[in-house]
Amino acid sequence: MSGGVTRATRASNIGLVLALACLVALAFAPFWAGRDGMRLLIDAYLYLVLASLWNLLAGYAGLVSVGQQAFVGLGGYVLFGLAALAGVPPLLCIPIAGIAAAIIAIPVAAITFRLRGAYFAIGSWVMAEVFRLVASQISALGGGSGISLPAGIVTAMAASRHGREILVYWVALGLMVAILGGIVALLRSRHGLALTALRDNEMAARSNGIDVRRTKLVVFILVAAGTAMAGALIFLQRLRISPDAGFSVNDWTAFVIFITVIGGIGRFEGPFVGVVVFFVLRETLADLGSLYLMILGAIAILVMLKAPRGLFGFIAERTDTQLLPLQRRVRGV
Amino acid sequence: MPEPPLLGVAALDAHYGDFQALFGVSLTLSRGEVAAVIGANGAGKSTLLNAIAGLIRSRHDAILFEGEPIGDLPANRIVGRGIALVPEGRRLFPSLNVEENLLIGGQIGRPGRWNLGRIYELFPVLAERRRQASTSLSGGQQQMVAIGRALMSNPALLLCDEISLGLAPIIVRDIYATLRQIVGAGTAAVVVEQDIGQALAIADRVYCLQEGRVALEGRAGEVTRADISAAYFGV
Repeated sequence: MSGGVTRATRASNIGLVLALACLVALAFAPFWAGRDGMRLLIDAYLYLVLASLWNLLAGYAGLVSVGQQAFVGLGGYVLFGLAALAGVPPLLCIPIAGIAAAIIAIPVAAITFRLRGAYFAIGSWVMAEVFRLVASQISALGGGSGISLPAGIVTAMAASRHGREILVYWVALGLMVAILGGIVALLRSRHGLALTALRDNEMAARSNGIDVRRTKLVVFILVAAGTAMAGALIFLQRLRISPDAGFSVNDWTAFVIFITVIGGIGRFEGPFVGVVVFFVLRETLADLGSLYLMILGAIAILVMLKAPRGLFGFIAERTDTQLLPLQRRVRGV
Repeated sequence: MPEPPLLGVAALDAHYGDFQALFGVSLTLSRGEVAAVIGANGAGKSTLLNAIAGLIRSRHDAILFEGEPIGDLPANRIVGRGIALVPEGRRLFPSLNVEENLLIGGQIGRPGRWNLGRIYELFPVLAERRRQASTSLSGGQQQMVAIGRALMSNPALLLCDEISLGLAPIIVRDIYATLRQIVGAGTAAVVVEQDIGQALAIADRVYCLQEGRVALEGRAGEVTRADISAAYFGV
């Protein structure tokens, strides 16, 4: 057979080179960005991670969860529990938080997977509320008022505040690269094709030999692990966690859905566009208070009406662009 | 000991909630044979295929394949055993292109004669359109993709659910000519059709369903049109 399947296009090859150049520039951000710039970038990285994971969950596996804050808060609390109570180095707590979330995701899935569609969405939210209530009952972790990371642990990470911030920055950048790289690898594998088929038509996927339940479960567990690691890092940067902050449906689900839907759900590139839009709006309009949230809502409604496949989908459909070589294309035809 | 039949359906009942769609349906098929299942709308033809394909679970021993009970296996494991469904309405994956649709069928990794190259030999028009979105094809071409996707799993038994539905008569003739080639290569098939002429021409055995029960069965050459009309309409 002549030719073969390729995923690369000219644009996606250029995209790959540009992405690498950006990555190098971002790695050196501590030398050019300043404190506020670095903090903003960390925020953007972690939101990009959360949105990409939610996109995998909802856009590909069809699991529309509004309870991912359960795993953000869980990750944060695992870090604070291990670091503050058991003296585990905070950075080591991040992968442990991921493993803990993967394990806890199994019984969570056993319960919530009994529900479908909108019922699954509500069930996942209820589950997150249970997590929040449990956290507020643990008095060793400050109960309802929360806990700060003890000063001794903070200074043990790095001698100066500046040094600690650079360390957290690099860990956030590394975590983002690792998780996004993992998602790309997954989508490019044969499981990626199966995931796309599953999103299109579950019944046809089953009758073509795809184990739908197992595929969804694996995605749910992997996404939980990644979400918890992002959560652990979010609260390591903040140095303080409370049940309301850790399990906030606004911060860790509503904004994340906004980013994914605005950018383009079910497309890897979507959350990138969404994160840029979200942060531009936040940095320019956040002072407006509740008016800012109303503007976010209005923009979300407008995009859903005018560009139901998100801003990236809107552009890509008109120009056949993809920024990363993900979609399979056939060569030599 | 004689070889067991390829497919043995014995006293199969099927339910959708409280509604019973099949009542004690039995059917036997040998290797390389074609059975036509005909009947009016709502007679239970698609239900029968979906039950064999595992999309509807049934009693453990209600369906035997190569002598082994498969009635309670999930659909994705049944594909691995060698039964592939060409579903009613084709059900292609719209966000995958033609070739990706075919590749999905091959993921189960059953060895056999079918691969991408062979499918493109069978349907040359698909080779030309391999990178097109499956939704951009004509109805007949979409049906070819659906058949090719099923063949990619190298089934011993192909289940075809109304593959003539919505297609022009000349396209239907082509599709059935291809199906004859596929069956000629040794694959058995159960063909569900409303177009009785096509079904009878290709079949070795005929089963006529009426309100969830087998109203008539026999060798294709032996049942008359009058028998079929009687069984079809229940008069």
